[in-house]
Amino acid sequence: MPKRDDINSVLVIGSGPIVIGQAAEFDYSGTQACRVLREEGVRVILVNPNPATIMTDPGFADATYIEPITSQSLEAIIVKERPDAVLPTLGGQTALNAAIALEEAGILAKHGVELIGAKVEAIRKGEDRQLFKDLVIEAGADVARSHIAHTVEEALEFAEDLGYPLVVRPSFTMGGLGSGFAYTPEELVRIVGDGLHSSPTTEVLLEESILGWKEYELELMRDTADNTVVVCSIENVDPVGVHTGDSITVAPALTLTDREYQRLRDIGIDIIRLVGVDTGGCNIQFAIDPANGRVIVIEMNPRVSRSSALASKATGFPIAKIAAKLAIGYRLDEIPNDITRVTPASFEPTLDYVVVKVPRFAFEKFPAADARLTTTMKSVGEAMAIGRNFSTALQKALRSLEKRGSSFSWAPSTEPAAALVERAEMPTDGRIITVQRALFAGASVEDLYAATGIDPWFLDQIALINEVAADIAAADQLDADVLRLAKEHGFSDAQIGELRRLAEGEVRAVRHAMRVRPVYKTVDTCAGEFPALTPYHYSSYDEESEVRSSDRDKVIILGSGPNRIGQGVEFDYSCVHAAFALSDAGYETIMINCNPETVSTDYDTSDRLYFEPLTLEDVLEVIDAEAASGRVVGVVVQLGGQTALGLAKGLEAAGVPILGTSPSAIDLAEERGLFAGILRDAGLVAPKNGTATDVAGALDVAESIGYPVLVRPSYVLGGRGMEIVYDRAQLEDYFSRIEGQGIVGPTHPLLVDRFLDDAIEIDVDALYDGERLYIGGIMEHIEEAGIHSGDSSCTLPPVTLGQSQIAAVREATLAIAQGIGVRGLLNVQYAIGAGVLYVLEANPRASRTVPFVSKALGIPLAKAASLLMVGQSIDSMIDSGLLPAQDGSLVPAGSPVAVKEAVLPFKRFRTAEGRIVDSLLGPEMRSTGEVMGIDRDFPRAFAKSQQAAYGGMPLSGTVFVSVADRDKRSIVLPVLRLQELGYSLLATEGTAEVLRRNGISADVVRKHSERGVPGAPTIVDVIEQDAVDVVINTPSGGASRADGYEIRAAAVAGDKPLFTTIAELSAAVASVEAIKAGFEVTSLQEYADQRATSAGVTGDTKPGRSALG
Amino acid sequence: MISREPAVLVLEDGRRFRGRAYGARGRTFGEAVFATGMTGYQETITDPSYAGQIVLQTAPHIGNTGVNDEDPESRRIWVAGYVVRDPSRVVSNHRAVRSLDDDLVAQEVVGISGIDTRAVTLHLRDKGAMRAGIFSGADASLPEDQQLELVRESPEMTGSHLSSAVSTESRYTVPAEGERIGSVAILDLGIKAATIRALAERGFDVHVVPESTTVEELFELDPSAVFYSNGPGDPGASDDHVELLRAVLRRGTPFFGICFGNQLLGRALGFGTYKLPFGHRGINQPVLDKRTGRVEITAHNHGFAVEVPRGGPVETPAGFGRAEVTHVDLNDDVVEGIACLDIPAFSVQYHPEAAAGPHDSQYLFDRFRDMVLASRRSPEEAIAVEAEPQVTPRDVSPTAGADAAGLNTAAGAAANDTESSND
Repeated sequence: MPKRDDINSVLVIGSGPIVIGQAAEFDYSGTQACRVLREEGVRVILVNPNPATIMTDPGFADATYIEPITSQSLEAIIVKERPDAVLPTLGGQTALNAAIALEEAGILAKHGVELIGAKVEAIRKGEDRQLFKDLVIEAGADVARSHIAHTVEEALEFAEDLGYPLVVRPSFTMGGLGSGFAYTPEELVRIVGDGLHSSPTTEVLLEESILGWKEYELELMRDTADNTVVVCSIENVDPVGVHTGDSITVAPALTLTDREYQRLRDIGIDIIRLVGVDTGGCNIQFAIDPANGRVIVIEMNPRVSRSSALASKATGFPIAKIAAKLAIGYRLDEIPNDITRVTPASFEPTLDYVVVKVPRFAFEKFPAADARLTTTMKSVGEAMAIGRNFSTALQKALRSLEKRGSSFSWAPSTEPAAALVERAEMPTDGRIITVQRALFAGASVEDLYAATGIDPWFLDQIALINEVAADIAAADQLDADVLRLAKEHGFSDAQIGELRRLAEGEVRAVRHAMRVRPVYKTVDTCAGEFPALTPYHYSSYDEESEVRSSDRDKVIILGSGPNRIGQGVEFDYSCVHAAFALSDAGYETIMINCNPETVSTDYDTSDRLYFEPLTLEDVLEVIDAEAASGRVVGVVVQLGGQTALGLAKGLEAAGVPILGTSPSAIDLAEERGLFAGILRDAGLVAPKNGTATDVAGALDVAESIGYPVLVRPSYVLGGRGMEIVYDRAQLEDYFSRIEGQGIVGPTHPLLVDRFLDDAIEIDVDALYDGERLYIGGIMEHIEEAGIHSGDSSCTLPPVTLGQSQIAAVREATLAIAQGIGVRGLLNVQYAIGAGVLYVLEANPRASRTVPFVSKALGIPLAKAASLLMVGQSIDSMIDSGLLPAQDGSLVPAGSPVAVKEAVLPFKRFRTAEGRIVDSLLGPEMRSTGEVMGIDRDFPRAFAKSQQAAYGGMPLSGTVFVSVADRDKRSIVLPVLRLQELGYSLLATEGTAEVLRRNGISADVVRKHSERGVPGAPTIVDVIEQDAVDVVINTPSGGASRADGYEIRAAAVAGDKPLFTTIAELSAAVASVEAIKAGFEVTSLQEYADQRATSAGVTGDTKPGRSALG
Repeated sequence: MISREPAVLVLEDGRRFRGRAYGARGRTFGEAVFATGMTGYQETITDPSYAGQIVLQTAPHIGNTGVNDEDPESRRIWVAGYVVRDPSRVVSNHRAVRSLDDDLVAQEVVGISGIDTRAVTLHLRDKGAMRAGIFSGADASLPEDQQLELVRESPEMTGSHLSSAVSTESRYTVPAEGERIGSVAILDLGIKAATIRALAERGFDVHVVPESTTVEELFELDPSAVFYSNGPGDPGASDDHVELLRAVLRRGTPFFGICFGNQLLGRALGFGTYKLPFGHRGINQPVLDKRTGRVEITAHNHGFAVEVPRGGPVETPAGFGRAEVTHVDLNDDVVEGIACLDIPAFSVQYHPEAAAGPHDSQYLFDRFRDMVLASRRSPEEAIAVEAEPQVTPRDVSPTAGADAAGLNTAAGAAANDTESSND
């Protein structure tokens, strides 16, 4: 069936903020969907409160709503836009849940809107465990066997059938409470006993354990004519027990015979039919018993998933794009394959290479968290690599992680093999390294198979890598044969250097002299059967290169690598914009990146895509290959975060032209002493500061400038290692904690700043072309200084700054831009304390807030920055209409207010004892994503940001208040207002007394530390009993510290709004009234029209370039 | 450990790829073709259709799951030579009993590894399938021009009649499973175990007869239906099989052919066949069933195709009434299936039995079964069926005389395995 003619407009639901388990991949899939639908002439209405996404660029939809994904908000949009259909399958679980809520509330039926992509019935069948189990059995496949037991005796009996170990899950307990593995009858008695006790229905589910089985995934697509294809098979290197998002995975599956693979395919097709996914994709997970091949179906997702994004990048088959086409009626055989353009999408990609994905974790941000990997996903990003064999792909993927120690090394082992084998038993971040070290130390593949359950084939490949390493080390000389052998198994120049005791550069020089160079192959979906027209490349030390020559001037854009806390999708946003803008300006754009979740690694974002690690070696080789076939104008390093910036010096040293701000200018900003000189010359002040390379030096500095001090290592992003230090003991403790991490040393000094209490923090994004400064936006933080800007909420335009302060900020920014010699983007952080403007830091690169500024004010900062880097002036960009004449320093009265709020992952992380980690904000960034609320004034915008981040303030209920002494004065007004708004109050004794003296009555509740006393429950009990709706707790030292932690942990566990700063509380209180006043939605396009009208401009002034232009 | 012994793949146009010796050492010649399946190397190399060909696997890692006794498609490895990028050093599968390397050495199949297989693939795609040789062991050090000359002296695929090399030498029978509905005579042009299994599972006693079977010998069996299998070689060189098929069609016996059998039906009906530039060899080919409008993902292994007008029913030049194209490949519009409209006969160019490959096209065996049942309903056939003698379960030892060269190793005989390996 061709395209349906009854669908002329579609509401696409995005996935909201980046959180663990739902990240940038949904920006990639949503962006694809929007592009496709618009190409098909469908009017696209998009809702997503995440400003850091490409999809929310006004050019990608006809109406872009940066609004919360709630039924209220969606209904308002539906009423206003009257879409024919809602497409919820490309926005992750968030969109799917939102669609089900709309359906259940009767909103879709009421407004005559059809759900496309998946029917509610299909979603339910896929998500409801029991319905799904029944359906798997109907398909003739197997599920894990289980029994329900009501007594310990029953449980022991069933255990005989299921065998040990087995899983015990008490029924109807929250968050998996009381569940666990029983390896022996003794353990079973204990766990079942506890489980029966904690289960309100006195029952436990006993399930056979499939721990250690091989785990596979299939990505399938089906159309309305029941044509079904398997796009990709993915094999988890880590066996069952580790979440697939936390596993190292491989595509295609490498350890299945055809018979076994076809069995999975048959089951998959039967399931997608029975579930009834009829216009789109789904993902099905399988476990296979390695001993006998028994197959169990674990679960399915009736939507585009994280794995679909990986599968799309791994195969070149754009699942989200095809899913969107299927949703509007096309059949698979009516859709052409983008890569070959002559063959249809109704085929199954075949790979002549191996893809490896490795997860990137952030446990260093949560020192208290248990680093054991379980079935709850904990990784924050991933890197993917493509190689012609597994060893190459694995080594490339590991170095793509850009983390110390993430690559294999062969330093002599200090730990005996047996100890390493034992350590490898527990799945953790970096287990693969432990496995390699164990093999290197003499452990056998059999030992490691027994310990880890990792398939012997993969273990042998790691053993092979070790053997090659031994050959490299033992070779008489580093000749072409040795180099070729090393390169055929993915060794980097740095690794070869380590083995030969040579510097990386020396190895490279020898290698180049011997002409051992990579060639570039093409991802073509068909293993070479048809010519590929899309230049999607990866390196290989093979014979023949497939890079086509070109006579256009080329610009190479370095991406930002795997997502991590502090460097996420915001940087990808800027890179993608550079590709669009430079391509429009006539350049051939070349993207290098290794993050499969992103839009930048979509093969049609830039003219050529190299899926390669972002290391100096890999980047230099790509540049060389491109230079051989045309002129490389330069490399863009300032948009890809610290990853790209970190390569600038090495690239420059190799003679590669760097576009925009020069590497030496970057140094001026990064190097504390040089930067101080710039400030001095400009008459600006920084908080008193100094630098130190060791603990003694740091103590000297701290004592001369006075505590509290803010300490941070240089050259880091996301505030890694950043801390507010109040006294000498804490500073000594800090050094003991960072010891051995290599983040502070003679070349990387520690920066020690006087910490400004109670100051307002300001963030500025600006462009400078050498003559003119153009302010993108001035953002005022809602929390006071001391909380990392990435975790702080902020408002644009600033709501409390006066004109003279703004003028001072503008002047200071200009002086800094001139002093550094910026050509492109500049981000400066200021603090205003006691009327003084302090400069905190300046970064001559794209910042995390570039997309937020662009969306809030309609200024395409990243595009302008990229054009500036290739020589366009700010004046010319204003003339051409790319930049509005009025920059972001002055926002006209009546403009909307945008609020950015951070989204934090505390709930994901538990201590080894199973407790939630502390959820306090500080100078080290911990948020994974952000949302934006935009509305006519600050309270409304703030309210929307809160709704988007966590559902928002409840409009009535009980508020619990317990604050530190220093906050007791400022708490009075907001709490009084809460009382007037009808909330009932609960407080700890001290806080209640302060409130009472101010005429506010609050019920007193015991502290957690007063537990055990017979009588009333403690606050933690009350929160756990769901009797509190909002928690206000500011951290204090001394004896109350432990109490605070318990309160916050309970609030996070119970999903209660939690305020740990008074500033944010005050904003939230103001927002409650705004919510009560009503809810309106406005699209970015409408805001742009308003701006155009108020600026007196006529004609089409929609910001940004058309996505399809 | 990784082999460091040199080997070279020499193509007839002079291009050379240096790699490492794999499998048996020595020299081998054949038509170089590439197969794109990511699974199923064991089924691939034991598929008789690959006889006379040097098969390159585009998937880089080969041999990971070793070799077992259930998955071979025939009694031996048929590929003339084997080209892989990264042969596995270990075997990892619960069913595996040997390594692939063991089998290649035991069956004297010369291979090469460690070459840029994608470069070879693109070369064959652009220049077309061509003759090639692999030289390893002592032959690796032969002068380059001598190696090339040897390649150019080797026989061409076009015009080659390879059926006799792969066919069973004597007839054998595999009994029906479950309810018996009749018998089918398979002309073994390179039959695969999965096909025999698929037919037996649908209630046919399966008589596998040598490719040299005469009309008289065939009709003596009085089969309810006749089946032509896949197989190697040029359909243009198989006049004998075409004539036999015409006799079957004239008799009105239901006919089903696959792959080589499709080409022979095309020729029997009076259509032409031609050589594709580089053929279809993979398990991901989209084929449209024009009758249902559905797309199936299919296993292919063919270098030749039938030329039939695509529009609608046409009169067959050989006078068998009307025929039409029922299936086309969506990648390149090659005819993948034809059906007669006035006599009970149809065929497909691909492999509904799969192995290796997806099971999407198994319905064709049901279609065949239905056709046989329907044609039996005509009174004449009904009598014929009733009169059909009971066939003894196994009248011939399947291995008898199959391969005098002693290549028949533990992979076993097709017929023996057929019963035990049903899945």
